[in-house]
Amino acid sequence: MLNSLTREKKNRVIVTVLGPDKVGIIAGVAQILSNNKVNILDISQTILQEFLAMVLIADMEASEIDLLTLKQELNTLGAKIGVRIDAQHEDAFSYMHRI
Amino acid sequence: MLTMQEIMETINMVQEEKLDIRTITMGISLRDCCDPDPKKAGQKIYDKITRLAENLVPIGEDIAREFGIPIVNKRISVTPISLVGDCAHTEDYVVFAEAMDRAAEEVGVNFIGGFSALVHKGMTGGDTKLIQSIPRALAETERVCASVNVATTKAGINMDAVYLMGKVIRETAEKTRERDGLGCAKLVTFANVPEDNPFMAGAFHGVGEPESVINVGVSGPGVVSRAVSRVKESDFGTLAETIKKTAFKITRMGELVGRTAASRLGLPFGIVDISLAPTPAVGDSVAEILESMGLERCGTHGTTAALALLNDAVKKGGAMASSYVGGLSGAFIPVSEDAGMIRAVEEGALNLEKLEAMTCVCSVGLDMIAVPGDTSAETLAAIIADEAAIGVINQKTTAVRIIPAPGKEVGERVEYGGLLGSAPVMPVHRFSSTEFVRRGGRIPAPVHSLSN
Repeated sequence: MLNSLTREKKNRVIVTVLGPDKVGIIAGVAQILSNNKVNILDISQTILQEFLAMVLIADMEASEIDLLTLKQELNTLGAKIGVRIDAQHEDAFSYMHRI
Repeated sequence: MLTMQEIMETINMVQEEKLDIRTITMGISLRDCCDPDPKKAGQKIYDKITRLAENLVPIGEDIAREFGIPIVNKRISVTPISLVGDCAHTEDYVVFAEAMDRAAEEVGVNFIGGFSALVHKGMTGGDTKLIQSIPRALAETERVCASVNVATTKAGINMDAVYLMGKVIRETAEKTRERDGLGCAKLVTFANVPEDNPFMAGAFHGVGEPESVINVGVSGPGVVSRAVSRVKESDFGTLAETIKKTAFKITRMGELVGRTAASRLGLPFGIVDISLAPTPAVGDSVAEILESMGLERCGTHGTTAALALLNDAVKKGGAMASSYVGGLSGAFIPVSEDAGMIRAVEEGALNLEKLEAMTCVCSVGLDMIAVPGDTSAETLAAIIADEAAIGVINQKTTAVRIIPAPGKEVGERVEYGGLLGSAPVMPVHRFSSTEFVRRGGRIPAPVHSLSN
Protein backbone atom coordinates (compact mmCIF):
# COMPACT_ATOMS: atom_id res chain seq x y z
CA MET A 1 0.00 0.00 0.00
CA LEU A 2 2.79 2.34 0.95
CA ASN A 3 4.67 1.39 -2.18
CA SER A 4 1.73 2.19 -4.39
CA LEU A 5 1.70 5.59 -2.79
CA THR A 6 5.32 6.44 -3.17
CA ARG A 7 5.80 4.94 -6.61
CA GLU A 8 2.40 6.13 -7.77
CA LYS A 9 1.97 2.96 -9.76
CA LYS A 10 -1.75 3.12 -9.40
CA ASN A 11 -2.87 6.17 -11.23
CA ARG A 12 -6.60 6.22 -10.99
CA VAL A 13 -8.73 9.25 -10.32
CA ILE A 14 -12.25 9.73 -9.11
CA VAL A 15 -14.19 12.41 -10.97
CA THR A 16 -17.31 13.64 -9.23
CA VAL A 17 -20.09 15.85 -10.55
CA LEU A 18 -22.59 17.43 -8.19
CA GLY A 19 -25.25 19.91 -9.13
CA PRO A 20 -28.52 20.52 -10.97
CA ASP A 21 -29.01 18.04 -13.82
CA LYS A 22 -28.48 19.46 -17.29
CA VAL A 23 -28.00 18.26 -20.84
CA GLY A 24 -24.42 17.49 -21.81
CA ILE A 25 -22.67 17.21 -18.46
CA ILE A 26 -21.39 13.69 -18.99
CA ALA A 27 -20.56 14.45 -22.61
CA GLY A 28 -18.50 17.45 -21.51
CA VAL A 29 -16.60 15.49 -18.89
CA ALA A 30 -16.01 12.57 -21.26
CA GLN A 31 -14.75 14.97 -23.91
CA ILE A 32 -12.10 16.40 -21.60
CA LEU A 33 -11.03 12.93 -20.49
CA SER A 34 -10.76 11.55 -24.00
CA ASN A 35 -8.94 14.65 -25.27
CA ASN A 36 -6.26 13.96 -22.69
CA LYS A 37 -6.16 10.18 -23.15
CA VAL A 38 -7.68 9.44 -19.77
CA ASN A 39 -9.50 6.10 -19.88
CA ILE A 40 -12.93 5.82 -18.23
CA LEU A 41 -13.26 2.62 -16.18
CA ASP A 42 -16.63 3.03 -14.53
CA ILE A 43 -19.47 5.52 -14.35
CA SER A 44 -22.39 5.59 -11.97
CA GLN A 45 -24.92 8.28 -11.32
CA THR A 46 -28.10 8.98 -9.45
CA ILE A 47 -30.58 11.80 -9.49
CA LEU A 48 -31.54 13.01 -6.02
CA GLN A 49 -34.58 15.23 -6.49
CA GLU A 50 -33.38 17.41 -9.36
CA PHE A 51 -29.71 17.07 -8.41
CA LEU A 52 -27.26 14.97 -10.30
CA ALA A 53 -24.57 13.04 -8.47
CA MET A 54 -22.17 11.34 -10.81
CA VAL A 55 -19.06 9.40 -9.96
CA LEU A 56 -16.59 8.38 -12.61
CA ILE A 57 -13.48 6.29 -12.12
CA ALA A 58 -10.75 6.84 -14.68
CA ASP A 59 -7.26 5.62 -15.38
CA MET A 60 -4.57 8.25 -15.99
CA GLU A 61 -1.84 5.77 -16.95
CA ALA A 62 -1.65 7.05 -20.54
CA SER A 63 -2.75 10.57 -19.70
CA GLU A 64 -1.04 13.46 -21.39
CA ILE A 65 -1.62 15.80 -18.46
CA ASP A 66 -1.16 15.50 -14.71
CA LEU A 67 -3.92 15.33 -12.15
CA LEU A 68 -3.75 18.99 -11.16
CA THR A 69 -4.14 20.14 -14.78
CA LEU A 70 -7.03 17.74 -15.34
CA LYS A 71 -8.64 19.01 -12.18
CA GLN A 72 -8.34 22.57 -13.44
CA GLU A 73 -9.93 21.75 -16.80
CA LEU A 74 -12.82 19.99 -15.08
CA ASN A 75 -13.27 22.83 -12.57
CA THR A 76 -13.45 25.28 -15.47
CA LEU A 77 -16.04 23.19 -17.29
CA GLY A 78 -18.07 22.91 -14.08
CA ALA A 79 -18.01 26.65 -13.55
CA LYS A 80 -19.18 27.16 -17.15
CA ILE A 81 -22.20 24.86 -16.92
CA GLY A 82 -23.04 25.58 -13.28
CA VAL A 83 -22.21 22.28 -11.56
CA ARG A 84 -19.36 21.26 -9.33
CA ILE A 85 -16.87 18.98 -11.08
CA ASP A 86 -13.79 17.72 -9.33
CA ALA A 87 -11.08 15.11 -9.73
CA GLN A 88 -9.27 13.49 -6.84
CA HIS A 89 -6.67 10.76 -6.60
CA GLU A 90 -8.31 7.40 -5.91
CA ASP A 91 -6.11 6.88 -2.85
CA ALA A 92 -8.08 9.58 -1.00
CA PHE A 93 -11.06 7.23 -1.09
CA SER A 94 -9.50 3.79 -1.04
CA TYR A 95 -7.28 4.69 1.91
CA MET A 96 -10.34 5.73 3.89
CA HIS A 97 -12.63 2.83 2.99
CA ARG A 98 -10.26 -0.11 2.40
CA ILE A 99 -7.65 -1.64 4.66
CA MET B 1 -13.83 -1.11 -6.81
CA LEU B 2 -15.10 1.63 -4.55
CA THR B 3 -18.84 2.05 -4.30
CA MET B 4 -20.63 5.26 -5.11
CA GLN B 5 -21.84 5.41 -1.53
CA GLU B 6 -18.28 5.32 -0.19
CA ILE B 7 -17.12 8.00 -2.59
CA MET B 8 -20.06 10.24 -1.73
CA GLU B 9 -19.40 9.70 1.98
CA THR B 10 -15.85 10.99 1.63
CA ILE B 11 -16.93 13.95 -0.51
CA ASN B 12 -19.63 14.77 2.02
CA MET B 13 -17.16 14.62 4.91
CA VAL B 14 -14.98 17.23 3.25
CA GLN B 15 -17.65 19.49 1.78
CA GLU B 16 -20.42 19.39 4.35
CA GLU B 17 -18.76 18.26 7.55
CA LYS B 18 -15.54 20.24 7.30
CA LEU B 19 -13.11 17.34 7.38
CA ASP B 20 -9.64 18.66 6.88
CA ILE B 21 -6.05 17.96 7.70
CA ARG B 22 -5.35 20.56 10.33
CA THR B 23 -1.61 20.67 9.92
CA ILE B 24 1.42 19.17 8.28
CA THR B 25 4.21 20.05 10.65
CA MET B 26 7.82 19.66 9.67
CA GLY B 27 10.12 19.02 12.60
CA ILE B 28 13.64 20.35 12.14
CA SER B 29 16.58 19.77 14.44
CA LEU B 30 18.58 22.92 15.11
CA ARG B 31 21.15 21.21 17.30
CA ASP B 32 23.85 21.96 14.74
CA CYS B 33 23.02 25.69 14.79
CA CYS B 34 24.71 26.57 18.08
CA ASP B 35 27.26 29.36 18.01
CA PRO B 36 28.89 31.52 20.69
CA ASP B 37 27.99 34.52 18.54
CA PRO B 38 24.21 34.94 18.80
CA LYS B 39 24.01 36.66 15.40
CA LYS B 40 25.77 33.75 13.73
CA ALA B 41 23.52 31.29 15.52
CA GLY B 42 20.49 33.26 14.30
CA GLN B 43 21.81 33.11 10.75
CA LYS B 44 22.40 29.36 11.00
CA ILE B 45 18.84 28.90 12.30
CA TYR B 46 17.43 30.94 9.43
CA ASP B 47 19.52 29.16 6.82
CA LYS B 48 18.70 25.68 8.02
CA ILE B 49 14.95 26.24 8.28
CA THR B 50 14.67 27.92 4.88
CA ARG B 51 16.81 25.22 3.28
CA LEU B 52 14.89 22.23 4.65
CA ALA B 53 11.38 23.68 4.56
CA GLU B 54 11.65 25.38 1.17
CA ASN B 55 9.17 23.02 -0.50
CA LEU B 56 6.89 22.32 2.46
CA VAL B 57 4.13 24.73 1.49
CA PRO B 58 3.99 24.04 -2.29
CA ILE B 59 4.07 20.28 -1.71
CA GLY B 60 1.35 20.57 0.92
CA GLU B 61 -0.80 22.55 -1.49
CA ASP B 62 -0.29 20.03 -4.30
CA ILE B 63 -1.30 17.15 -2.04
CA ALA B 64 -4.39 19.03 -0.90
CA ARG B 65 -5.47 19.51 -4.51
CA GLU B 66 -4.71 15.96 -5.62
CA PHE B 67 -6.60 14.32 -2.78
CA GLY B 68 -9.26 17.01 -2.64
CA ILE B 69 -8.87 17.54 1.08
CA PRO B 70 -7.94 20.91 2.58
CA ILE B 71 -4.66 21.03 4.46
CA VAL B 72 -5.33 24.06 6.59
CA ASN B 73 -1.86 24.73 7.96
CA LYS B 74 1.70 24.02 7.02
CA ARG B 75 3.94 24.56 10.02
CA ILE B 76 7.40 24.05 11.42
CA SER B 77 8.64 22.89 14.79
CA VAL B 78 12.27 23.18 15.87
CA THR B 79 14.57 22.00 18.65
CA PRO B 80 13.83 23.85 21.91
CA ILE B 81 15.70 27.11 21.47
CA SER B 82 16.97 26.99 25.06
CA LEU B 83 19.24 24.12 23.93
CA VAL B 84 20.38 25.89 20.77
CA GLY B 85 21.00 29.18 22.54
CA ASP B 86 22.74 27.85 25.63
CA CYS B 87 26.26 28.35 24.30
CA ALA B 88 25.63 31.80 22.80
CA HIS B 89 27.12 34.76 24.67
CA THR B 90 23.94 36.74 25.15
CA GLU B 91 21.25 37.41 27.72
CA ASP B 92 18.65 38.14 25.08
CA TYR B 93 17.17 35.24 23.11
CA VAL B 94 14.79 37.42 21.10
CA VAL B 95 17.39 37.35 18.32
CA PHE B 96 16.65 33.62 17.85
CA ALA B 97 12.90 34.22 17.78
CA GLU B 98 13.44 36.84 15.10
CA ALA B 99 15.47 34.38 13.02
CA MET B 100 12.67 31.80 13.35
CA ASP B 101 10.07 34.40 12.41
CA ARG B 102 11.95 35.52 9.30
CA ALA B 103 12.49 31.92 8.21
CA ALA B 104 8.80 31.11 8.72
CA GLU B 105 7.80 34.11 6.66
CA GLU B 106 10.26 33.18 3.93
CA VAL B 107 8.91 29.63 3.52
CA GLY B 108 5.29 30.74 3.94
CA VAL B 109 4.20 28.97 7.13
CA ASN B 110 1.85 30.71 9.54
CA PHE B 111 3.36 29.40 12.78
CA ILE B 112 6.71 28.07 13.91
CA GLY B 113 7.00 26.35 17.28
CA GLY B 114 10.02 25.67 19.45
CA PHE B 115 10.82 28.84 21.34
CA SER B 116 10.77 26.39 24.17
CA ALA B 117 12.45 25.11 27.30
CA LEU B 118 12.13 21.88 29.26
CA VAL B 119 12.51 22.79 32.92
CA HIS B 120 10.50 20.16 34.79
CA LYS B 121 13.35 19.49 37.18
CA GLY B 122 15.29 22.72 37.08
CA MET B 123 16.58 25.47 34.87
CA THR B 124 19.91 25.88 33.11
CA GLY B 125 21.25 29.32 32.25
CA GLY B 126 19.86 28.98 28.75
CA ASP B 127 16.44 27.95 30.05
CA THR B 128 16.24 31.00 32.31
CA LYS B 129 17.29 33.37 29.53
CA LEU B 130 14.80 31.83 27.15
CA ILE B 131 11.88 32.07 29.56
CA GLN B 132 12.75 35.67 30.38
CA SER B 133 12.87 36.46 26.65
CA ILE B 134 9.39 35.00 25.98
CA PRO B 135 7.30 38.17 26.53
CA ARG B 136 9.38 40.25 24.12
CA ALA B 137 9.85 37.39 21.65
CA LEU B 138 6.08 36.91 21.37
CA ALA B 139 5.40 40.64 21.18
CA GLU B 140 8.03 41.33 18.55
CA THR B 141 7.39 38.38 16.23
CA GLU B 142 4.26 37.26 14.38
CA ARG B 143 4.67 33.54 13.85
CA VAL B 144 6.79 32.26 16.71
CA CYS B 145 5.16 30.06 19.35
CA ALA B 146 6.65 29.38 22.78
CA SER B 147 6.19 26.54 25.22
CA VAL B 148 7.67 25.55 28.56
CA ASN B 149 7.42 22.14 30.18
CA VAL B 150 7.27 22.60 33.95
CA ALA B 151 6.40 19.11 35.17
CA THR B 152 6.64 15.42 34.39
CA THR B 153 5.39 12.31 36.14
CA LYS B 154 9.03 11.25 36.60
CA ALA B 155 10.32 14.56 37.96
CA GLY B 156 7.38 16.12 39.73
CA ILE B 157 6.36 19.77 39.40
CA ASN B 158 8.97 22.52 39.27
CA MET B 159 7.05 25.10 41.26
CA ASP B 160 9.74 27.75 40.76
CA ALA B 161 9.16 27.45 37.03
CA VAL B 162 5.40 27.43 37.54
CA TYR B 163 5.56 30.70 39.47
CA LEU B 164 7.91 32.19 36.90
CA MET B 165 5.46 31.25 34.14
CA GLY B 166 2.68 33.02 36.03
CA LYS B 167 4.78 36.18 35.85
CA VAL B 168 5.82 35.59 32.24
CA ILE B 169 2.20 35.13 31.14
CA ARG B 170 1.24 38.42 32.78
CA GLU B 171 4.16 40.22 31.18
CA THR B 172 3.39 38.69 27.78
CA ALA B 173 -0.21 39.89 28.00
CA GLU B 174 0.99 43.35 28.96
CA LYS B 175 3.48 43.52 26.07
CA THR B 176 0.72 42.66 23.59
CA ARG B 177 -1.87 44.80 25.35
CA GLU B 178 -3.12 46.59 22.25
CA ARG B 179 -3.95 43.20 20.69
CA ASP B 180 -5.92 41.79 23.65
CA GLY B 181 -2.90 39.94 25.00
CA LEU B 182 -2.40 37.97 21.78
CA GLY B 183 1.10 36.90 22.89
CA CYS B 184 -0.47 34.57 25.47
CA ALA B 185 -2.30 32.70 22.69
CA LYS B 186 1.14 31.67 21.44
CA LEU B 187 2.44 30.47 24.81
CA VAL B 188 1.75 27.07 26.37
CA THR B 189 2.84 25.80 29.78
CA PHE B 190 3.00 21.99 29.78
CA ALA B 191 3.22 18.97 32.03
CA ASN B 192 4.45 15.75 30.37
CA VAL B 193 4.91 17.50 27.04
CA PRO B 194 5.09 15.23 23.97
CA GLU B 195 8.12 15.77 21.75
CA ASP B 196 6.38 15.12 18.43
CA ASN B 197 3.24 17.22 18.75
CA PRO B 198 2.36 18.83 15.40
CA PHE B 199 -0.20 21.26 16.85
CA MET B 200 0.56 24.85 17.78
CA ALA B 201 1.25 26.60 19.97
CA GLY B 202 2.91 23.72 21.82
CA ALA B 203 4.87 22.11 18.98
CA PHE B 204 8.61 21.63 19.19
CA HIS B 205 11.08 19.12 17.76
CA GLY B 206 12.15 16.92 20.68
CA VAL B 207 15.69 15.83 21.44
CA GLY B 208 14.94 12.18 20.60
CA GLU B 209 13.64 13.09 17.15
CA PRO B 210 15.50 12.62 13.85
CA GLU B 211 17.20 15.39 11.87
CA SER B 212 13.92 16.27 10.20
CA VAL B 213 10.49 14.62 10.18
CA ILE B 214 6.90 15.09 9.03
CA ASN B 215 4.10 14.91 11.61
CA VAL B 216 0.45 15.36 10.80
CA GLY B 217 -2.49 16.61 12.84
CA VAL B 218 -5.95 15.61 11.66
CA SER B 219 -9.18 17.30 12.56
CA GLY B 220 -12.83 16.55 12.04
CA PRO B 221 -15.11 17.43 14.97
CA GLY B 222 -17.80 18.20 12.37
CA VAL B 223 -17.62 14.69 10.93
CA VAL B 224 -17.85 13.10 14.38
CA SER B 225 -20.68 15.40 15.39
CA ARG B 226 -22.78 14.46 12.34
CA ALA B 227 -22.07 10.76 12.90
CA VAL B 228 -23.16 11.09 16.54
CA SER B 229 -26.37 12.87 15.50
CA ARG B 230 -27.20 9.94 13.26
CA VAL B 231 -27.27 7.49 16.20
CA LYS B 232 -29.54 9.47 18.52
CA GLU B 233 -31.27 7.33 21.14
CA SER B 234 -28.95 4.35 20.60
CA ASP B 235 -27.06 2.94 23.59
CA PHE B 236 -23.49 3.81 24.59
CA GLY B 237 -21.99 0.77 22.88
CA THR B 238 -23.39 1.88 19.54
CA LEU B 239 -22.36 5.48 20.22
CA ALA B 240 -18.76 4.48 20.98
CA GLU B 241 -18.66 2.20 17.95
CA THR B 242 -19.90 4.99 15.68
CA ILE B 243 -17.26 7.42 16.92
CA LYS B 244 -14.58 4.77 16.59
CA LYS B 245 -15.43 4.04 12.96
CA THR B 246 -15.54 7.73 12.13
CA ALA B 247 -12.21 8.39 13.85
CA PHE B 248 -10.73 5.52 11.86
CA LYS B 249 -11.74 7.13 8.57
CA ILE B 250 -10.50 10.57 9.60
CA THR B 251 -7.16 9.18 10.72
CA ARG B 252 -6.69 7.21 7.50
CA MET B 253 -6.84 10.50 5.64
CA GLY B 254 -4.17 11.90 7.95
CA GLU B 255 -1.99 8.85 7.46
CA LEU B 256 -2.30 9.12 3.68
CA VAL B 257 -1.47 12.82 3.62
CA GLY B 258 1.39 12.46 6.09
CA ARG B 259 3.02 9.58 4.26
CA THR B 260 2.61 11.25 0.90
CA ALA B 261 4.07 14.52 2.18
CA ALA B 262 6.98 12.77 3.86
CA SER B 263 7.74 10.75 0.75
CA ARG B 264 7.67 13.80 -1.53
CA LEU B 265 9.84 15.81 0.83
CA GLY B 266 12.24 12.89 1.18
CA LEU B 267 11.80 12.79 4.95
CA PRO B 268 10.78 10.12 7.44
CA PHE B 269 7.12 10.08 8.45
CA GLY B 270 6.76 10.63 12.18
CA ILE B 271 3.27 10.37 13.59
CA VAL B 272 -0.37 11.18 13.07
CA ASP B 273 -1.81 13.16 15.96
CA ILE B 274 -5.41 11.99 16.17
CA SER B 275 -6.67 14.93 18.18
CA LEU B 276 -10.09 16.35 17.42
CA ALA B 277 -9.20 19.99 16.86
CA PRO B 278 -12.12 22.41 16.67
CA THR B 279 -12.19 25.75 14.85
CA PRO B 280 -14.45 28.74 15.45
CA ALA B 281 -16.45 27.78 12.32
CA VAL B 282 -20.01 26.65 12.99
CA GLY B 283 -20.25 22.85 12.86
CA ASP B 284 -16.58 22.30 13.69
CA SER B 285 -16.96 22.11 17.45
CA VAL B 286 -16.10 19.53 20.09
CA ALA B 287 -18.76 21.04 22.37
CA GLU B 288 -21.34 20.29 19.70
CA ILE B 289 -20.33 16.62 19.68
CA LEU B 290 -20.93 16.44 23.43
CA GLU B 291 -24.27 18.17 22.97
CA SER B 292 -25.18 15.77 20.14
CA MET B 293 -24.71 12.98 22.65
CA GLY B 294 -27.65 14.33 24.62
CA LEU B 295 -26.34 17.12 26.87
CA GLU B 296 -28.36 20.32 26.73
CA ARG B 297 -25.17 22.37 26.98
CA CYS B 298 -21.51 21.50 27.18
CA GLY B 299 -20.47 21.93 30.81
CA THR B 300 -23.54 20.46 32.46
CA HIS B 301 -23.40 17.31 34.59
CA GLY B 302 -22.40 14.37 32.41
CA THR B 303 -20.00 16.42 30.28
CA THR B 304 -16.88 14.78 31.71
CA ALA B 305 -18.31 11.31 31.07
CA ALA B 306 -19.33 12.23 27.54
CA LEU B 307 -15.86 13.65 26.83
CA ALA B 308 -14.18 10.56 28.28
CA LEU B 309 -16.23 8.33 25.99
CA LEU B 310 -15.47 10.55 22.99
CA ASN B 311 -11.75 10.74 23.69
CA ASP B 312 -11.39 7.00 24.22
CA ALA B 313 -13.38 6.06 21.13
CA VAL B 314 -11.35 8.48 18.99
CA LYS B 315 -8.14 6.89 20.23
CA LYS B 316 -9.35 3.36 19.60
CA GLY B 317 -10.43 4.17 16.05
CA GLY B 318 -7.36 6.26 15.36
CA ALA B 319 -4.89 3.74 16.72
CA MET B 320 -6.23 1.13 14.27
CA ALA B 321 -5.94 3.51 11.34
CA SER B 322 -2.35 4.62 11.67
CA SER B 323 0.86 2.74 12.22
CA TYR B 324 2.30 5.59 14.30
CA VAL B 325 0.04 7.62 16.52
CA GLY B 326 1.63 10.28 18.68
CA GLY B 327 1.63 13.90 19.74
CA LEU B 328 -1.27 14.91 21.94
CA SER B 329 -3.89 12.60 20.42
CA GLY B 330 -7.08 13.42 22.25
CA ALA B 331 -9.93 15.90 21.96
CA PHE B 332 -8.97 19.56 22.32
CA ILE B 333 -11.26 21.81 24.30
CA PRO B 334 -9.98 25.32 23.56
CA VAL B 335 -12.63 27.82 24.54
CA SER B 336 -11.93 30.61 22.04
CA GLU B 337 -11.48 28.25 19.10
CA ASP B 338 -14.77 26.40 19.54
CA ALA B 339 -18.12 28.08 18.88
CA GLY B 340 -19.96 25.59 21.11
CA MET B 341 -17.57 26.20 24.03
CA ILE B 342 -17.95 29.97 23.67
CA ARG B 343 -21.73 29.64 23.75
CA ALA B 344 -21.58 27.35 26.78
CA VAL B 345 -19.44 29.87 28.67
CA GLU B 346 -21.63 32.80 27.69
CA GLU B 347 -24.78 31.02 28.81
CA GLY B 348 -23.19 30.12 32.14
CA ALA B 349 -23.10 26.37 31.47
CA LEU B 350 -19.32 26.06 31.49
CA ASN B 351 -16.83 27.48 33.98
CA LEU B 352 -13.14 27.15 34.74
CA GLU B 353 -13.67 24.43 37.35
CA LYS B 354 -15.66 22.23 34.94
CA LEU B 355 -13.07 22.77 32.24
CA GLU B 356 -10.40 21.64 34.67
CA ALA B 357 -12.37 18.47 35.39
CA MET B 358 -12.75 17.86 31.66
CA THR B 359 -8.99 18.07 31.18
CA CYS B 360 -8.62 14.96 33.35
CA VAL B 361 -10.08 12.85 30.57
CA CYS B 362 -8.90 14.51 27.37
CA SER B 363 -6.02 16.38 25.87
CA VAL B 364 -4.81 18.84 26.49
CA GLY B 365 -5.72 21.25 29.22
CA LEU B 366 -7.06 24.69 29.97
CA ASP B 367 -6.74 26.01 26.47
CA MET B 368 -7.35 29.50 25.11
CA ILE B 369 -9.10 30.75 28.18
CA ALA B 370 -9.39 34.46 28.86
CA VAL B 371 -9.45 35.61 32.48
CA PRO B 372 -9.65 39.12 33.92
CA GLY B 373 -6.64 41.33 33.23
CA ASP B 374 -6.00 41.89 36.91
CA THR B 375 -5.53 38.17 37.65
CA SER B 376 -2.32 37.93 39.67
CA ALA B 377 0.78 35.99 38.65
CA GLU B 378 0.24 33.85 41.76
CA THR B 379 -3.29 32.90 40.71
CA LEU B 380 -2.12 32.10 37.17
CA ALA B 381 0.67 29.98 38.67
CA ALA B 382 -1.82 28.17 40.89
CA ILE B 383 -4.01 27.41 37.89
CA ILE B 384 -0.95 26.01 36.10
CA ALA B 385 -0.01 23.99 39.20
CA ASP B 386 -3.48 22.40 39.32
CA GLU B 387 -3.30 21.40 35.68
CA ALA B 388 0.27 20.10 36.07
CA ALA B 389 -0.87 18.02 39.06
CA ILE B 390 -3.60 16.42 36.95
CA GLY B 391 -1.04 15.58 34.27
CA VAL B 392 1.63 14.33 36.64
CA ILE B 393 -0.66 12.11 38.69
CA ASN B 394 -2.55 10.72 35.71
CA GLN B 395 0.58 10.24 33.58
CA LYS B 396 -0.83 12.32 30.77
CA THR B 397 -0.11 15.59 29.03
CA THR B 398 -1.81 18.65 30.40
CA ALA B 399 -1.25 22.28 29.50
CA VAL B 400 -2.37 25.80 30.18
CA ARG B 401 -2.80 28.47 27.54
CA ILE B 402 -4.42 31.30 29.41
CA ILE B 403 -4.82 34.98 28.61
CA PRO B 404 -5.12 37.54 31.40
CA ALA B 405 -6.91 39.96 29.07
CA PRO B 406 -5.34 43.37 29.62
CA GLY B 407 -7.80 45.89 30.99
CA LYS B 408 -10.76 43.54 30.66
CA GLU B 409 -13.22 42.15 33.16
CA VAL B 410 -15.65 39.24 33.34
CA GLY B 411 -18.32 39.60 30.67
CA GLU B 412 -16.05 41.33 28.16
CA ARG B 413 -14.39 39.49 25.25
CA VAL B 414 -11.02 39.16 23.62
CA GLU B 415 -11.00 39.00 19.81
CA TYR B 416 -8.19 37.46 17.80
CA GLY B 417 -9.94 36.38 14.60
CA GLY B 418 -8.90 33.49 12.38
CA LEU B 419 -8.25 30.11 13.94
CA LEU B 420 -7.64 31.66 17.36
CA GLY B 421 -11.20 32.99 17.51
CA SER B 422 -12.58 35.04 20.36
CA ALA B 423 -13.17 34.30 24.02
CA PRO B 424 -15.41 35.60 26.77
CA VAL B 425 -13.46 36.63 29.88
CA MET B 426 -14.14 34.00 32.56
CA PRO B 427 -14.03 34.55 36.32
CA VAL B 428 -11.24 33.06 38.44
CA HIS B 429 -11.48 32.09 42.10
CA ARG B 430 -11.50 35.13 44.37
CA PHE B 431 -9.54 33.49 47.19
CA SER B 432 -5.76 33.79 47.19
CA SER B 433 -3.22 31.03 46.47
CA THR B 434 -0.23 33.31 47.01
CA GLU B 435 1.28 31.73 50.08
CA PHE B 436 1.16 28.27 48.52
CA VAL B 437 2.70 29.33 45.22
CA ARG B 438 5.50 31.31 46.85
CA ARG B 439 6.86 28.35 48.82
CA GLY B 440 9.25 27.61 45.97
CA GLY B 441 11.03 24.38 45.12
CA ARG B 442 9.68 21.27 43.51
CA ILE B 443 6.67 19.09 44.26
CA PRO B 444 8.12 15.55 44.35
CA ALA B 445 7.27 12.98 41.73
CA PRO B 446 4.34 10.74 42.67
CA VAL B 447 4.92 7.24 43.99
CA HIS B 448 3.83 5.61 40.73
CA SER B 449 6.78 7.28 39.00
CA LEU B 450 8.85 4.59 40.73
CA SER B 451 8.01 2.06 38.07
CA ASN B 452 11.44 0.56 37.41
